[in-house]
Parts: sequence; C-alpha cells; structure tokens
Amino acid sequence: MIEIQNISKQFGKLKALDQVSLTCTSGECIALIGPNGSGKTTLIKCILGMVVPDSGTILFSNKNIAKDWKYRSQIGYMPQIGRYPDNMNIGQIIGMMKDIRKSEHIQLDEELIEKFDLNNMLNKRMRTLSGGTRQKVSASLAFLFNANVLILDEPTAGLDPVASEILKEKIIKEKQKGKLIFITSHILSELDDIVTQIIYMQDGKLKFHKSIDDLRNETGEVKLAKAIANIMLQK
Amino acid sequence: MGKVIKYVVLDILRSKIVLAYTLFLLVVSFSVFSLEDNNAKGLLSMLNLILFIVPLISIIFSTIYIYNSSEFIELLLSQPLKRKSIWLSLFSGLSISLTLAFVFGAGIAILFFEPTVTGCIIVLIGVLLSIIFVSIAMLAAVATRDKAKGIGLAILLWLYFALVFDGLVLLLLFQFADYPLEKPMMLVSALNPIDLSRILILLRLDVSALMGYTGAVFKDFFGTTYGFNISLLILCCWALIPLGISLKKFNKKDL
Repeated sequence: MIEIQNISKQFGKLKALDQVSLTCTSGECIALIGPNGSGKTTLIKCILGMVVPDSGTILFSNKNIAKDWKYRSQIGYMPQIGRYPDNMNIGQIIGMMKDIRKSEHIQLDEELIEKFDLNNMLNKRMRTLSGGTRQKVSASLAFLFNANVLILDEPTAGLDPVASEILKEKIIKEKQKGKLIFITSHILSELDDIVTQIIYMQDGKLKFHKSIDDLRNETGEVKLAKAIANIMLQK
Repeated sequence: MGKVIKYVVLDILRSKIVLAYTLFLLVVSFSVFSLEDNNAKGLLSMLNLILFIVPLISIIFSTIYIYNSSEFIELLLSQPLKRKSIWLSLFSGLSISLTLAFVFGAGIAILFFEPTVTGCIIVLIGVLLSIIFVSIAMLAAVATRDKAKGIGLAILLWLYFALVFDGLVLLLLFQFADYPLEKPMMLVSALNPIDLSRILILLRLDVSALMGYTGAVFKDFFGTTYGFNISLLILCCWALIPLGISLKKFNKKDL
C-alpha cells in the first residue's frame, strides 16, 4: 500500500532521514519507535506530503505522491501536537473538515466524537481547550472519514486513562477492519496488544523492520518493552 | 478551493480588524470630502490615503494573517487538498476581504462625491494596490519562518515602495541631471506600483502641469488609452509575479 524508496531529508546540518526504505501493506499495524529526534515525525510528514524529501520516492497504491494530492483522502492523520485556528470552536472545526472532505461514498464515523463526549462542548473555542481535549479533537478528526490508512503520532500523549482506553479500543477495532495503521509512541507497554510490526529508527536510519512475533522469538521476551530494551542493549 | 476561500474570508471577518479598517476608511473619506469645498482637493487628499495607508494595512495585515494561520495551513495540508489551491485560497480570501473593505470604506465615498471616470479609476487603483500588497506580503511571509522577521520584512518593503524608492529616484535625477531622463523615468516608475499609481491618478487630476517637462512626457504616454492600459497591465504583473514566486516557494516548503 505504501512503498518508501530511499528517502533522505536534511534540515541544515541535521540528517533527519537517511536513505530510508520501507514497504507496508494494508492490515498491518505498525509501531514506529525510536529515541527523540530519530526522524519518526519527519517520516510521517513525508508520507503526508507536508515535508518534501530531498531525494527518494514514496508510492501510495503504486502512485508517486510527489505530484499527487488526492491520495490524502485515504489517510486519517492525528498530529503529535494538534494545532487548530484559535478563534474557531470545536463544532466549526469538525464542520469545516466535513465540508472539505465530504463526498458521497464516505461513511462518516462519529464514534469517537460521541465517546469523547465532544458533542457537549461544540461551542468551546480551540484556544481555551486543554491539551487532552485537543488530542480528543485530533483523534476524532483522524477517524472521522473512515480512511484506509491511519497515521497516529503519539496518540495517547496527554489523554487521561479513560480516553486513552477508548482510543486503544478504537484502534484495535479499525485494525480488524484491515486498515493500515501507523503509530508512534514512547509508551511501549500500551502498544503490546495493538501492533503487528515494529519499525525501529535511530539517527534518521531505519534500524530494523520486523513482525512482533519474530521479535519475541529472537529475544525470548514476551513484553514488547523488554524485547526492545534487549535489542537496544545488544547494539 | 471555493470552500477554503469561504473559511478564510469567514475567519478574517471574525477577527474584526478588517471591519475596523473599513470604518476608518469610511470616516476619513467622508470627512475629507465634506471638509473640502472642491472635490478635486478632496480627491488629492484621498490619493495620499490610497497611496500610503492602503498598501500599509494590506501588507501588514496579510503578513500577520499568514503567520497566524500556520496552524490552519498545517491542518489543511494533511487533507486531500492541493498545496497550490491552499495558497491561492489564502491569497483570494485576503484579497477579497481587503478589496471589500476598501470599496465599502473609501470607494463608495469617492464615487458618491466624484461620480466620474476619474473617480472610477481611483477606486480601481485602490483595489489593485490592495491586491498587489497582499501578494507582496505572501512573498514576505513565505520567505522566512520567523514571524518577527517576516513582519519586519513586510514593513521594510512598504517603506521601500512608499518612501525610499522616491529618494533613490531623486538621487538618480540629480546625479544625471545633465542627461535627458524623461523617457528612462517612465521605465523606472514601472518598478514601483505606488509610483505608477500616483502618476496615473495625478495625470487624471490635471495637476500634471506642475510637473514641468517630465509631466508633459508622462502625459504623452500615460494620458493615452494605450499608455493607461499598459500601466494597468504592469500593475497586474505586480500582483501576479510576487504571488507566483511565493507559490513556488510554498510548494517546496516543509511544514
């Protein structure tokens, strides 16, 4: 579904991405992990076309995304820090996104809006929201259009345990529908029952891309956190 | 694209600054025309308003707006929208709001007190200047990431077009006073949209007699329909070229 071929990106002197290649097919749930500043968010932004790579190509359903933009209708994106126009309220933001992405064959998925109880605060201005509520809005928007690919950048950061659990359940539900899901997170324990593949990045390089079962067999650990720690110590 | 323009215009109207600008223009233009017994004098005062205040408000408001909507741009970029149409929507939204503000604030007063071709031309030039400085502002805003630098750059650009450029032209005139400069001056005036607008309006007001021989040469060219059309074309280029460059830069920008 998504094929990344040798992309590199440099910000000044910093090599944010260094010859990264990657293939993902639908039905996978991929955890993108690595230390801070290892290029995870840059990789995600490249897939979304927000950052233009210096070299390399990205194919989405076998089409180069460089000259395309329609492919983004198949992506639901939840940014790490959701930033929204300050003087709009939640209802207006949701209405605007529906208006922009509306088409007849899209079945809107308002489950998260209901479960997060956003309907009761539609009149709240974005500037007055807490970090957690912003995350709820971001998550609801990412899932709203029933996209085939979900890209979630630190989805549970800032969410309270109840909301976090709701979101996790939703992710598992969408995974079972055969969607391709990318998750970056630093909280490895919560990825345990969600992900099927692990991508580990460091200093802009892709260190490994393995299925979680392989990883468990190799390290002999059942818990993802321990398995990763095991690998990091070996290097 | 139309939908994004709609949200940009709504957002601008919600900020109320454009509303204040419209009221300011309205108050100034009506008081200028009621204070002067002669409408031509009133038009001259309006001229200064159009040549200085309109570009200043246009460029600063647009630059600040672009920086403040970086969140909005980011949000739109992750949606199935072309970068080009996002940028052009911002441009159209800003141009539409500022043009409406100018037409309601100053245009109506001008056409009310001076319902002639000259009045129409002055309104047209005010609208063109608003759009030109939106376009220059978009270039300033895309050129640098830092908000303070970007706004500083916008103010410098306005100072350059409104004041510094004339100083440079004077310097040039004095340095080369021994040579016939009338024709080159016409070319030089094309390098500054404010100057070009000033010449176009002054020639309509028949005060060009005060400008001596240069005025006569100007009148020979800009006074004709052909010259007038060429100047309008140049003004349109001033709106389109900075926009084109900014669009190119925006297409490659990382967000």
